[in-house]
Amino acid sequence: MTQTVVGIGTRKGLWLARSEDRRTWSIEGPQLLMREVPSLAFDTREGRQRLLVGMRSEHWGPTVMASDDLGQTWDETPEGAIRFPEDTGAALARVWQLVPDPHDAEVVWAGSEPQALWRSADRGRTFEMVRGLWDHPHREQWGEGAGGGAIHTILPDPQSADSMLVAMSTGGVYRSQDAGRSWTASNKGIKASFFPDPWPEFGQCVHKVARDPQTPARLYAQNHHGVYRSDDNGETWTSIADGLPTDFGFTVQTHPHEADTVWLVPVKADGERIPPGATLQVQRSTDAGATWQTMTTGLPHPSYTCVLRDAACVDDQGGLYFGTRNGEVYVSTDNGESFTVVAQQLPDVLCVRAAVLP
Amino acid sequence: MSVAVRVILPGVLREFADGATELAVDLPPESCLVRDVLDAATSDRPLLGARVRDETGALRRHVNVFVDGRDVRFGEGQETPVAPGAVVHILPSVSGG
Repeated sequence: MTQTVVGIGTRKGLWLARSEDRRTWSIEGPQLLMREVPSLAFDTREGRQRLLVGMRSEHWGPTVMASDDLGQTWDETPEGAIRFPEDTGAALARVWQLVPDPHDAEVVWAGSEPQALWRSADRGRTFEMVRGLWDHPHREQWGEGAGGGAIHTILPDPQSADSMLVAMSTGGVYRSQDAGRSWTASNKGIKASFFPDPWPEFGQCVHKVARDPQTPARLYAQNHHGVYRSDDNGETWTSIADGLPTDFGFTVQTHPHEADTVWLVPVKADGERIPPGATLQVQRSTDAGATWQTMTTGLPHPSYTCVLRDAACVDDQGGLYFGTRNGEVYVSTDNGESFTVVAQQLPDVLCVRAAVLP
Repeated sequence: MSVAVRVILPGVLREFADGATELAVDLPPESCLVRDVLDAATSDRPLLGARVRDETGALRRHVNVFVDGRDVRFGEGQETPVAPGAVVHILPSVSGG
């Protein structure tokens, strides 16, 4: 019998939800109470059950912590898992993303605020800053979104260890084809509505990018107004927002096994960060964004909450999860046709990740 | 001749100092600024040090350090002199929600 474990990172700590059938859930927590958990990752490579958490105390600062027993005990790297090199003059503000590498089971990637990409070769114990991106001549012109300036999306290419995409707010999409040594802005077709020239080379506020596992060169981007698809691994982007109730939102998710299935959680607008029509909903496309269906079964109405960029995920079996800023977590096990509650009455949910474990 | 200083830790930081409620620091008189006191108190306790100052050496925004009851932010920051027998408090500020 397998069990599904959902890690729920919130403004005030970490909760874990466990289930054997994804219908009834037991909730464990809080752990890391009064510490913000904006990023987490389950590392299940080579049979591990390692949980990595990017946490931040309002008083005592940010770091990465690791647990090899699903949160019973935690390890913190004494010298600091992520430390900006002295010559940068920068200090870690928040760890926004943790991603196990698909090619090397020892490697973990991290994205931080301020905007930097980090590589760990020891399963997340210590990270080294990727100089190629930090030294990019665009860096001085990267800005800050409402949540801060951060690399929030890291997509290693499952077909090539040399290929990687990152996204940041603001700055947009950057890609490397040489294992991180050099990076190129890759925002052709993505609009930046907040600039006098709305089609700049970089500076876009891309909120999240997801890769289609069945067609790895196909990517989806939820932008700060705008929803896009790329069919050439991020080289160019085309709008797929027609048919959506709004083109604003933070998260985008793809089905692990069914090609061309993508989910969004729409937000009414930049200036009105509530669900469209006050109905919490998921927008689903099964044809790579050509058409969209509104999925609301099991979701509340009226609702005035919001779903943040990392507060959604899929599990290996196609379960779709998302958490809200008013502390609710939902799951769908039928591709979004209906949703049930995983957890309620938590602090505002910042990140959600799920793993199916033996 | 050295300068003896007491460093008082808040409860939440004591786990990073083997449970100690305070640390005794001895410094040479020519190097007795708040920065030196913090360096000495945390040099063998990196997890404690990382909670008080970031990797640039700056005091974390919501950590307050008092020397004999005076907040060093209203003095000379980490350059504030520390006199023999001084009591240095490290305390979290009132913040959050």
